Amino acid sequence: MNATPGNPPATEPWRDPAAQPFVRIEGVTKTFGKVYACDEVTLDIYRGEFFALLGGSGSGKSTLLRILAGLEQPDRGRIMIDGVDVTRLPPYRRSVNMMFQSYALFPHMTVAQNIAFGLRQDKLPAAEIRDRVQHMLELVRMPQLGDRKPHQLSGGQRQRVALARALAKQPKLLLLDEPLGALDKRLREHTQFELVNIQERVGTTFIMVTHDQEEAMTMSSRIAVMDTGRIVQVSTPAVLYEYPATRFVAEFIGGINLFEGRVLSSDEDTGMVRIQCDHLEAELLARHTDPLPEGTAVSIAVRPEKIDVHEAPPPRGTVATENVVEGRVADVAYLGDVSIYRVKTASGAIIRVQETHVARSSEPHYDWDDTLWLSWEAASAVVLTA
Amino acid sequence: MRAASASGVWGFWFDVVRNLFGWFRLVGREFRTRRGRFLVTSLPMLWLALFFLVPFLIVLKISFSQAVFGQVPPYTALVEHAADGAVSLRLHASNYAMLLSDPLYVSAYLKSLLFASVSTGFCLLLGYPIAYGIARARPSMRLVLLVLVVLPFWTSSLLRTYALMGILKANGLLGQVLSAIALVEPGWGILYSDAAVYVGIVYNYLPFMILPLTATLMRLDFTLLEAAEDLGAKPWHAFMRITLPLSMPGIIAGALLVFIPAVGEFVIPDILGGPDALTIGRVLWIEFFTNRDWPLAAAVTIAMLVLIVAPTLLFEYVENRRADQEAANT
Repeated sequence: MNATPGNPPATEPWRDPAAQPFVRIEGVTKTFGKVYACDEVTLDIYRGEFFALLGGSGSGKSTLLRILAGLEQPDRGRIMIDGVDVTRLPPYRRSVNMMFQSYALFPHMTVAQNIAFGLRQDKLPAAEIRDRVQHMLELVRMPQLGDRKPHQLSGGQRQRVALARALAKQPKLLLLDEPLGALDKRLREHTQFELVNIQERVGTTFIMVTHDQEEAMTMSSRIAVMDTGRIVQVSTPAVLYEYPATRFVAEFIGGINLFEGRVLSSDEDTGMVRIQCDHLEAELLARHTDPLPEGTAVSIAVRPEKIDVHEAPPPRGTVATENVVEGRVADVAYLGDVSIYRVKTASGAIIRVQETHVARSSEPHYDWDDTLWLSWEAASAVVLTA
Repeated sequence: MRAASASGVWGFWFDVVRNLFGWFRLVGREFRTRRGRFLVTSLPMLWLALFFLVPFLIVLKISFSQAVFGQVPPYTALVEHAADGAVSLRLHASNYAMLLSDPLYVSAYLKSLLFASVSTGFCLLLGYPIAYGIARARPSMRLVLLVLVVLPFWTSSLLRTYALMGILKANGLLGQVLSAIALVEPGWGILYSDAAVYVGIVYNYLPFMILPLTATLMRLDFTLLEAAEDLGAKPWHAFMRITLPLSMPGIIAGALLVFIPAVGEFVIPDILGGPDALTIGRVLWIEFFTNRDWPLAAAVTIAMLVLIVAPTLLFEYVENRRADQEAANT
């Protein structure tokens, strides 16, 4: 899959209307008692993607993954993989393999036997099994450890064996259930890149379930955000971050300020919307592509890093000062690379602001009770109606 | 006066309980030290020494003497003080020679081993699916099922075995049901046969197979089976390659719990078996109570113990060596 400039569909097949999805999830519904784990989920995933299902616990992301693996049967709907309807196929007849959250390594078998398990089921010749096992061990960079038992491995090694075992059968589709969930923070960051690296080398389509938005952003080509069994938004990480479709997505992905308000007027030509924000007791400007009728209840979402901080009232009339709010510093958190300020306005609202430390300094720039003026561009604000 | 006597009785028990707690506290505090570990292991050691080792040595001693009828105890002394002050030790091996030379004993041992091993096999075949079902049941249901498995123990084993007589005898409950559906002739029954002995042993010992198996299967991570199926194993293969090997400790524990007492079983073959169901337990009874030959009965016991303990110890040894090797590989 060589991406050539001017030919974006090769790397972004979801933009190409002619591209055939590799995995089609059509109207899949699954209930447990009265709870909808998956509610009319429809999703297309393309060959070679590293796709993430992102959501909190109970969002239905794991159930959807288990339905793809064949470990659960949907009540309604259809699963197509590579053009074949697999909805009613048992797990052992699908060329889909899964890496379990608990890894589910067989404790009575060695690492090599674990990796060979799937190949043995296919009755491959012994010599070929040996070669494939060795190849997989090298892929996950532990060629010497084939004779170990799972209990003799570290958490990170177990994770790699689980990956090798799931990839050994060269599945069309690999499912990963919270693949980094059991690792500590340092190892997790390292493994994120390694996993992406391996995916690029083997070229298999990966679908990953995670509750960690950072993990999803770092690793995946596209993310589907799920909430209570429904898919809320499917996009690339950047679109998801900059153009969240709903309040839920805006709050789930990264930190954000949300201000409630009503539309005063909206200019169809410039896309500029004037909003009365009771929360801040101010009039705010924001850009929105579709015209909004007057009086529509909306939320304005502004990322903390998109807000500029001034120690004196900034001159009005520039693009950068389309929105200005005055407040006092209520909290300061120094995080090394950045400082987070919580600024309290006269109306009592709290605005999160992030300042990057470009120059070396041992002190945050502003102190408690400093009066600050916050400003942001109309284009930085997202207007949310849902 | 009354208060004093009450304090005497209650004071005694109070002291007992307090000392017991003191012992626990001591063990708790010194658990990690050598002394603490010694204290912890001393209690079971003492118990086994008093109630297993000492009686065993007495039986062993008797097995090397000769029967003398009409005196108490009815056997010769091992150690005798001669008139000249010398101490003589007389060991008679004749009892053991008898066990080997008389085919009665050899065939009784073989019969016992046959009964025990076939019954253990049936217990495993019946008990495994039951244990699997219990282990996979909802936790609330699991408790009910486990209670139901143990419930028959509320009634004495002897009573239940007598009840089996009524079921298995000619024209008994089983015969009536089977003849009603025209599977057997009227008047059919299996009482006083080897089949009845198998039914009795399997029925009585089944819980001993089910309980350890259930415990092992409950610990089994069922995600492993999902992983096996995900990797292409059909349910039967997943069972053979994952469930069965991982439940081996439960199978072995259950098999030993059934096999060992079944070898020495006396009541069931005596009540349900025919005259040819001559097991080692029945021979022992006859030697001891009918022939009053204590030394021979003691020799029969020792031989049975060796027969049972030897494979158990061998298994333990092999198992420990395997565990040690695994630990050494770490």
